[in-house]
This record gives sequence, structure tokens and C-alpha cells, in this order.
Amino acid sequence: MIIALLLVLIVIASVVFTFISPWTFTELASNWWTIDLTTNITFIVTGIAFVAVNLFMAYVIVRYRHRKGQQAEYMPEKPRLEKILIAITSIGIVVLLAPGMFVYNELISAPAEAMKVEVLGEQWRWSYRFAGEDGEFGATSPELIGPQNPYGIVPDDPAGEDDVLVQSNTVHLPLDVPIDLQIRSKDVLHNFYVPEFRVKMDAVPGMVTETWFTPTRTGTYDLICAEYCGRAHYNMVGEVIVEERTAFDQWLAGQPTLAGRPAQDGEADGDGDTDDGEPKTPIERGRMIAQNNGCLGCHSVDGSQGVGPTWQGVFGSEVTLAGGETVTANEEYLRTAVRNPNEQIHQGYPANVMQAYGESQINEEQLSDLIEYMKSLSESENPSE
Amino acid sequence: MDATAHHVADEEMHLHEPQSFWTRWVFSQDHKIIAIQYSITAILVGFIGLALSGIIRLQLGFPGQFEFITPDTYYQAITMHGMIMIVYLLTAILLGGFGNYLIPLMIGARDMAYPFVNMLSYWTYFLSVVVLLASFFVPGGPTGAGWTLYPPQSITAGTPGADWGIILMLVSLVIFIAAATMGSLNYVVTALQMRTKGMTMMRMPLTVWGIFVGAAVALFAFPPLFVGGVMLLLDKVAGTSFFMPTMTQLGQQLDYQGGSPLLWQHLFWYFGHPEVYVVALPAFGIMSDLVSTHARKPIFGYRMMVYAILAIGIISFLVWAHHMFVSGMNPYFGFFFATTTVIIAIPTSLKVYNWVLTLWRGDIRLTTPMLFTIGFVSTFLIGGLTGLWLGNVVVDIPLSDTYFLVAHFHLVMGVSVILAIFGGVYHWFPKMTGRFMNATLGKLHFWVTFVGAYAIFFPMHYMGFMGIPRRYFAFDSMENIPAEAIGLNQFITVAALTVGVAQFVFLGNLVWSVFKGKPASDNPWEATSLEWQTPDTPPVHGNWGPSLPTVHRWAYDYSLPGADRDFVPQTVAPVGVPAGVETHEYYGEEGHHDGENGADASDNGADGRST
Repeated sequence: MIIALLLVLIVIASVVFTFISPWTFTELASNWWTIDLTTNITFIVTGIAFVAVNLFMAYVIVRYRHRKGQQAEYMPEKPRLEKILIAITSIGIVVLLAPGMFVYNELISAPAEAMKVEVLGEQWRWSYRFAGEDGEFGATSPELIGPQNPYGIVPDDPAGEDDVLVQSNTVHLPLDVPIDLQIRSKDVLHNFYVPEFRVKMDAVPGMVTETWFTPTRTGTYDLICAEYCGRAHYNMVGEVIVEERTAFDQWLAGQPTLAGRPAQDGEADGDGDTDDGEPKTPIERGRMIAQNNGCLGCHSVDGSQGVGPTWQGVFGSEVTLAGGETVTANEEYLRTAVRNPNEQIHQGYPANVMQAYGESQINEEQLSDLIEYMKSLSESENPSE
Repeated sequence: MDATAHHVADEEMHLHEPQSFWTRWVFSQDHKIIAIQYSITAILVGFIGLALSGIIRLQLGFPGQFEFITPDTYYQAITMHGMIMIVYLLTAILLGGFGNYLIPLMIGARDMAYPFVNMLSYWTYFLSVVVLLASFFVPGGPTGAGWTLYPPQSITAGTPGADWGIILMLVSLVIFIAAATMGSLNYVVTALQMRTKGMTMMRMPLTVWGIFVGAAVALFAFPPLFVGGVMLLLDKVAGTSFFMPTMTQLGQQLDYQGGSPLLWQHLFWYFGHPEVYVVALPAFGIMSDLVSTHARKPIFGYRMMVYAILAIGIISFLVWAHHMFVSGMNPYFGFFFATTTVIIAIPTSLKVYNWVLTLWRGDIRLTTPMLFTIGFVSTFLIGGLTGLWLGNVVVDIPLSDTYFLVAHFHLVMGVSVILAIFGGVYHWFPKMTGRFMNATLGKLHFWVTFVGAYAIFFPMHYMGFMGIPRRYFAFDSMENIPAEAIGLNQFITVAALTVGVAQFVFLGNLVWSVFKGKPASDNPWEATSLEWQTPDTPPVHGNWGPSLPTVHRWAYDYSLPGADRDFVPQTVAPVGVPAGVETHEYYGEEGHHDGENGADASDNGADGRST
């Protein structure tokens, strides 16, 4: 009896919850309203089945629960009833699958006029590439990837020279322009997922995967890595800024191209900080460098647990090394920790997890800014926030 | 006067009669002892899996509150939790535990077809568990690659346990597959070859059908994982590049070249999807028998239930790439795999209808096994329906790798299958021990587990709608996540810990009842199938005393009109077909060989049925 009541309660609660709860799909920011439509059709069809079967079961339990003198009906089968139920089920699944097939067909056919944007995943950050003036990407090859050539672009391919490189977790996209994503990975599987855009596609090392969408709402969105990619997977969150075409063009023009890479600190220009333009102070520059090189994927700045030691309060602190000896985290220690991280492993943290950042990735000047930023995190008031 | 075939079986029994403590209890070849060994091992390792889920929930509900939970610990916990629950608990207990105990008893055999192989299967399984648990104690700890072990990350340095952990995991899996293959061969051959006189295939209880087809599916599904596991081991230790493309790691080029990460995914899911049915089909069978027995009514649509099991078993091999809709495989596969996936809903939904229709116009006894059956139908229903979402490719794309998926697979193959296992344990425990499990504690266990399961997993669907990704240690890096998600995660954690504690009620009840449970008769549920008609409870070695039982009817003659009680065991010879019961003839006395029937009738007294 209680079980019947409970089944009814579950049904009522789930229906009520579905309609009144704030827990629902994120507001759509792309052209894929058809995906939402298919989802809603699926929701309705399966919701009816859920409610009907649970309520019928609850009724049956109450009506046919054991009472003295009651006997069950001997009813081995009713082929007609079974056929009817199979027919209803078949209609139900056709109703939900058929629209899905049409939408899927659209989803895998990117429009020819779409703007091609490359997304490159690596442990544990994102970077991006735009095709530049000629609308064509320079050819790439995975064995060319290295500190000097982070995208693995074939050096003498003329199509590559005007490619715009965005070595930052943040990318800007123009409003109402179809975007054809070309997704690659340097190391392991990753996945490009922006909930508001609805699309999702794995980044697979050794191949280029594709998906497409048209951003329809300006704003800043989380780019979530949705394929498990190791220890700091949960921090591999980038940022997509959708803005009007003119603002986007302006931003893109400020990004370095492969041929004319405007110096190494061009990386700092590719930051996500749109509001106040060029970072001025060493601490601000250091924060950008930390973001753009993926440092913050593993090192928190607020003292919380991460894959690597937190930077909060690290400067000047006494650090116990894996071997048991302690050192003071001075500038020299921090320099070594960036240039050659395995030399002095912080006790309690795994070795061979962090890559060594050479001069080609973070030059001396940038390293000084980075350390200034770390120092700022060790002062009682955190000026960078 | 028995047929010669029976004599062969009788003699064989003496060949492996236990001689000493060691051969009786440890290296036993008796299917019932092996079943208990399998079950105890699986339950113990399952409690480790449960403890790991506690670590996961503590971190998600109260991030940062527990110093010992680092990202590495968390990822190791989710990996080992998944692997333990799916492979070392569910597969082992359903095939090795229930399959071993029930197949011979339900088809009227004295033991498995190959008792020695059966023993070897258990000890091989035991070894795989030892290797699995050893990985907790090696440098770097167990693998934290996620239970799908996707390369390249599973064997490269960015993943916890990427050295010893992953190696031991793969070795353990390879050993497990050897064990499962030996076991499954035995279950399949036994069901095909060892049935007693009169036990036609279409008279087998659905439990036997479910385990039989589940074991057959396992035989075809495990080899791809076996070869995949060996290839991944070679990639790890011998430097081959089956799954490893040209890639950099931490800024350095690795030596791998030209392998395909997608190949692993195909091999893995070619195993992984049928694996769902390796555990689900036995659960379907168990639930079918429980619903029929405790509603005192024939299972509705027996033949359709059998055909549905077969259809699901076959189609399960044609749907694997629905796990890969966003993997980067050829996008045109999406059309095919979405279609096959939703087609499998037809036989599956038929089974749900038939369980509910078995209750309809029944005489429902809300015993503990019946409560678990109802809980199973409800949780399987919601898990199955969300399968239609994820099978419908465009609906899957936003939801895959979110908490919606977590809710789906836990309900459909975690919660519902576990509820079926619990129902089965409460149901068959009196046969295994001669005692009932405590009903009050059993019901308490049910209420907490069932309500708790909804409390844990229902809200996760909505977290999935919001795009909250799975396998995230923390959500600090996301800007757009609503603050309520934190509170919701705390609620789920409290529910999960409560359900976790309730499982100790089950464990305590189990142990207590072995010694102190209320004594049960030979056939306390008044059931029809053969295992309840054994001369001894618990059944002794050889199961049937001097002569094997003879079967005269299907396993579902409950509330047969004209019968003096509301059940007629399979061993009872027909005494004339009651008038006006047309459908009955399909099942009980339909066109099998008349001669046999006549001869069997005189056996009736000797087949040891006690009433």
C-alpha cells in the first residue's frame, strides 16, 4: 500500500518539479533550437510513458493486493493486447526519433560559408586559430608540435602565414555568423562543450573533428572540457565571448599571425580581459600569463586543493620537498619550479605532471611578471582581485 | 526405471563427491558452494565499491572539506567504483552467483556440465580480484583513467596511476575475462544439455533464460575487451602504438606514432554495451520469476518474454557506437546507431508492460522480494526511458558526459539491477539456508534504498540539463554554474550516505539470518519451479536424491483454475485439462511427446516433491 502511494508521489513530484524548478536547460545561445525541440518531444513522449506505467502499477497494487479469499486470474497471455502495446511503443519511438534524424542531418552538414575556427586542446588548456585573410588554414602535422611550433603548422605552407593564433583560454566569436569548428588535440582526448550552444565534440589527437553552430546571443560562456583528460580535467574550462561583428573584427585584428607574430609577448595580448584593454602592471601581466599558459588549471590562487600546490601564500613560505628537506620559496625556487619543475617536487604532489616551460613559451621578462603575480598572492591583501 | 541418461548423471555425481574440508568448502566443485563463494567475494568487493562512492559524494557535496580527497584520489575513486560495480560485482554475482546456484536447480540437473571448470572459474575470478585490489597498494595507486580507460590518457603521465595502476587494472581484467569465459561456457552448455526429462527450452523459468542468454552475450562481448586490454598493455609496456597516435605530452613528443584512440573506444563499447545486458538480462529473468511467484499469477506473455530476451541479446551487439556520438567517429554512423538503439526499446518496453500486466488481476503479496520487484520496475522504467533520450543522437549531444548520463546509467544498470539482486537474495535465501531473512529489516532496507535511489539520481537529470559535466573534481572554474547546484549536491550526498549505511542493514541481516533466521519450509513461497521441489533444504550435493525430477508443465502454473491450491509445481503430472482454459494448453500440456508424458506420470511419487 505504501509502495503504491509512493509511486504516485514520485510521479506527482517529478511532474511538479519539472514545471516549477529552476533546474532546466541553459538559455539557448545558438541556432540549435531544433535540438531543444527534439529534446522536448522526447521529454513529452517518455514523460507520458513514465507517468502512465507508474500510475497504472500503483493502481494495480492497490486494487489487486492480497486479501483473504482473493484468487489471481489465470492469464498467461493476451496476444492482442501485447500487439497493441508494441504498436503504441513503436509509434512513440518513431515520433521522437524521426525529427531527431532530420536535425542530426543538419548538424553534420556545416554550411559552406561558415567561418572556420580551429580549437586546439591540450592538458589542460585551450587555444585557437583563425584562418586569416585567405580563409584557409595552414596545413598541420602532429609530429611538428613542440615548444617552437605549438600548433604543428607546416613551416613552408603559404596558407599558414596569415593564420591568426590565439594562445589563450579565451576566444571571441562574431554574433550570427555560422562557425565551423575544426577541433584538434595535442595529447589526449578532450571535448569542446558550451552548454548554451548545445553542441559537443571530442578533440582527438591525430585527427580533426568537426561541429558547427551559429552564436545567436552575445555574452560570455564557459567552454567546458567534457571528455575526461587527466588530473586537472575539471579545470580545463575556457571562455567563449560572443560579440557584435565589429567588436570581434577589432579583437581579431589585435591577434598575432603566424608570419608576423608581434613578439613573444603577443600571448599576453590574447587575453580574455576585454574590459580594461592592455594590462599595465607586472602583476596584471603575470596573471594573464598564468591564465594563458594553463598554470591556473592546476595551481589555485585562493588556497583551495588542486593538482599542484596553491600559489596563495607560496612566496616566501617554507616548502617541504618530496625528499623531506625544506626550502624557502624564494624567486630562485619559483624560477626553477617553472623552468624545471621536477627538480624540486613539493611533498604530497606527483612528479612528472607539469611540463617544463622554456624560454620559447615564457620568456625571462614574462617569468618575472609571473613571479610578481605570485608574490602578490602572498601578501595579506590580494591586489590582483 | 529412469532413462539411461539419468544414470550417466548419477554416476558422474560420485566422481566429484567432496572428500575433505578443502574439497567441500574451498576447492569445491559443487555449483552451490561455488555460487556462494562467488556471491560472498562479489558482495565484499561491492562494499569496497560502495565506500569509494562515499569518497566521490563527500567531495561533490562538501568540496574542500576533506583534506585527504585530492583530485588524484577522486579520479581513482570514480574509476575503481565504476569498474568494481560493473565488472567485479554485478557480472560476477549475477552469472557466478545466481547462475551457478540456480541453473542446475531450476532445470533439474545435479550440477554444472563441467564442475572442474566451474571451480577454476571461481578461483580465476578470485585471482582477478586480488590483482585488482593489489593496485591500491602499488606506487602511484590504482588507475584514475575513468572506468572506460580511454587511451591516450589512461597510459600517459597526466592521469593518476598511469604506471602500475593501469597495468594491474588491465591484467586483472584479462584474468577476469578468462574466469567469465569459463563460467559462461558452463552456464550455456548446462542450460542446453543438462535439462531434466520434460524440461523443454520453452518450459525453462525466465531466470534461466535470462542467465543463459546473458552468459551467451558475455561469450561474444568479452573477447573484444580481452584483445583491447592486451593491446593497451602492449602500448603501455612494449611501446606499440595500437591506440596511441603521434602526440606530445607535457610539451614533449612521445615515441608513439599513428595509432587510433577511436579503435579502443570501438573495442571497449563493443564489449561495454552488451555488458549492460549481461547484467540486465539475468536481472530481467529474476524479476519475472519473482513477480509471478509473489503475485500468484503466471508471468504475462511468457513466449514474448523469451523472444524479447533473445531479441535484446542479439540487438545489443548492434548499438555500441551510441556511446560514441561525440567521439569524432564518422558522423554518418549516428543515423544507424540511433535507429538500432531506439529499436531495442521495443522488446525492452514489452518486458516492462508484461511485468506490470503480471501484477494486473493478480493476488499481490507485498513480501520483501515483491517490494524489490516493484522498485526494480520503477527504476528500470525511468532509466530505460532516459535511454531513449541518449539514443536519439541529437538529444544525446548536449547531454552526453553530463550528470544526465550519470543518472541514466546508474538507474538503468546500477540501481535497478541491484534491486533485482536484492530481491533475488531475499527470495532464494530460504532455499540456500533453510531460513528466512528478517522481513522487517528487509523492508527497512528496501524503503531506504528505493526512496534514496530516487533522491540521489532524480535531481541529477536536471543537473545534466544545466550542462554540469561529469568527472569534475570541483566546479570552481565554471562561471555559469548556478549556485543552487552546490546545495543540490549536498542533498544528494546526504541521501547517498544514508543509502550506503542502509546496505549494512542488509549485510547484517544476511549474516544474522544464516544463523538465527526464522526457519523456512522446503517451499515457503509456494513456488512452482524446480529449485523449490528439492528433497532437502538446503539442497545437498547432487541436489535430487536418488532420481532426477521429471517436468510436466511450465514454471508458471499459479492460480490454475481447478487446481486445489494456487500453485502447481512443475513436477506435478497433469490430471486433465480444466474446461474453458484455452491458453493453458500452450504451456502446460502442449504438444510434447505423449509417450513420455504417460510414463512420467507414474514417476510422480518418486521425484521427491514435498508439500
